[in-house]
Amino acid sequence: MNTREPGVAGRIEERVLAKIIVVTSGKGGVGKTTSSAAIGTGLALRGFKTAIIDFDVGLRNLDLIMGCERRVVYDFVNVLNKEATLNQALIKDKRTPNLFILPASQTRDKDALTQEGVQAVLNELSRDFDYIVCDSPAGIEKGAQMALYYADIAVVVTNPEVSSVRDSDRILGILQSKTRRVEAGEDPVEEHLLLTRYSPARVQAGEMLSVQDVEDILAIPLIGVIPESEAVLKASNQGMPVILDQETEAGQAYSDAVARLLGDQVEHRFLEVQKKGFFKRLLGGK
Amino acid sequence: MNQLSFQLKGSVVTAIVLELYRYSRAQFGEDLGAKVRQAPMFFHQTPVVISLEKLESDALPIDFVELISLCREFGLRPMAFKGAPPELGDALEATGLVLIPAGQAGRAAMPEPPAAPVAAASEPEVVVRTVVEEKLVHRPSKIITRPIRSGQQVYAEGCDLIVMAPVSEGAEILADGHIHVYGALRGRALAGVRGDVQARIFCQSLEAELVSVAGNFKLSDSLQELAWKAPAQVYLQDDTLHVAAL
Ligand SMILES: Nc1ncnc2c1ncn2[C@@H]1O[C@H](COP(=O)(O)OP(=O)(O)OP(=O)(O)O)[C@@H](O)[C@H]1O
Ligand SMILES: [Mg+2]
Repeated sequence: MNTREPGVAGRIEERVLAKIIVVTSGKGGVGKTTSSAAIGTGLALRGFKTAIIDFDVGLRNLDLIMGCERRVVYDFVNVLNKEATLNQALIKDKRTPNLFILPASQTRDKDALTQEGVQAVLNELSRDFDYIVCDSPAGIEKGAQMALYYADIAVVVTNPEVSSVRDSDRILGILQSKTRRVEAGEDPVEEHLLLTRYSPARVQAGEMLSVQDVEDILAIPLIGVIPESEAVLKASNQGMPVILDQETEAGQAYSDAVARLLGDQVEHRFLEVQKKGFFKRLLGGK
Repeated sequence: MNQLSFQLKGSVVTAIVLELYRYSRAQFGEDLGAKVRQAPMFFHQTPVVISLEKLESDALPIDFVELISLCREFGLRPMAFKGAPPELGDALEATGLVLIPAGQAGRAAMPEPPAAPVAAASEPEVVVRTVVEEKLVHRPSKIITRPIRSGQQVYAEGCDLIVMAPVSEGAEILADGHIHVYGALRGRALAGVRGDVQARIFCQSLEAELVSVAGNFKLSDSLQELAWKAPAQVYLQDDTLHVAAL
């Protein structure tokens, strides 16, 4: 990993430990991995040394979206089982400096995750990184609980539909009761709502919940609304986090979300139905 | 200290009273199924007292063994018959359930929550004094300031519950006393769970899945016309649950 100049050795001791962010949802397929890739990349773009960990053991998704699947030699479980060191397993991102990926194993199941093992890996990463982004598996069982247990910050990914909101609510309950912070009597996990796959037209047609509806039910601060966009699928097929494509609304919305996560005040965009201009229509712009 | 392998203590168990009017396997199964489907968690493993006080005159004979096993199929746990006509005594005794006379263990007769166990009280006067004190002691309410989420349960034992945040669908709040929700009540709220018929529920926006006072409950369907999504209170009067806008 990065070697620090001898002159700053004294500062390393005092260095604050990494902030651990869990990207979680309860419900599957709502955009956790897409969001983990985008947020991790966004933090790295701002100069923070960031690692994204794929907790979805048995499925492996993050490496595909990050476009590093061909470079996976060792994975998270190998590190947990001490079959490889962290340095061997971490993949340095090719596009974005400061960014590393710890892929999941495709051949194990979630039982490979142990509390002590996960803690050891996070502790080691914490010393050297600014942010650790944990891409949680779906559900509320062991894998998801392991991904959120050590979190300082939770990004709760929700789609504007009743079942997703309900599951997010459930996950928020778990965040309030089953985390290291709660058990240690520290401040609770910081909770943020990230609304994804938002389609203003469908909200207007009454087919989806509105931002207001979801905020009403979940009652946590909103860090972003990511519009439903073909650009997301296109980017992930190319193995590129969508946040790198700043031509797209989804990419811009993720940048805004990262800014808000870091405490910036940024106006929400893409919440209204947009009338396509003549040229846009002609060019079929999205 | 003491060598006993157990200790006997008085206690109060909250049970649903199933007031039977008439019985046929098909009709009963259908009706019970419909009720249980509305609130499966509420009925799951719930103790039930089968009251025969309001049995219609031509309802007999009834296959009580079958009735009990039907109840069990739906997750209920029958534990006693209440107010059975004397001629049924032997038949009911054979089911193994407890027989309790009419008018007992009903809401009205539900004893006060038992006082805290009196430690080694050998002198009767000491007991009396302790009980008096117990009545005077002010029990502080339980105050919750964070939202109560789906899957969470909060019980204010022996006191009121005050929630200063929303209560989500799928959450359950219970209190021996009143319940106040300064936010939307979307989950289930049960006040007076140990039988206090004076207990009430107050909320800023009534959107509950279920409200109950001393075991008398209403489900969301029947709340729709009554102060739905409005500030409301729920209370018992003459054995009926009332819902009124605030
Ligand atoms: N804003 C969006 N617009 C359009 N499609 C999206 C958007 N966000 C995610 N998707 C698509 O939704 C699908 C699921 O996304 P993703 O894999 O990120 O979800 P997940 O929550 O990680 O799923 P899982 O629970 O299986 O881990 C993908 O096909 C992705 O391209
Ligand atoms: Mg995923």
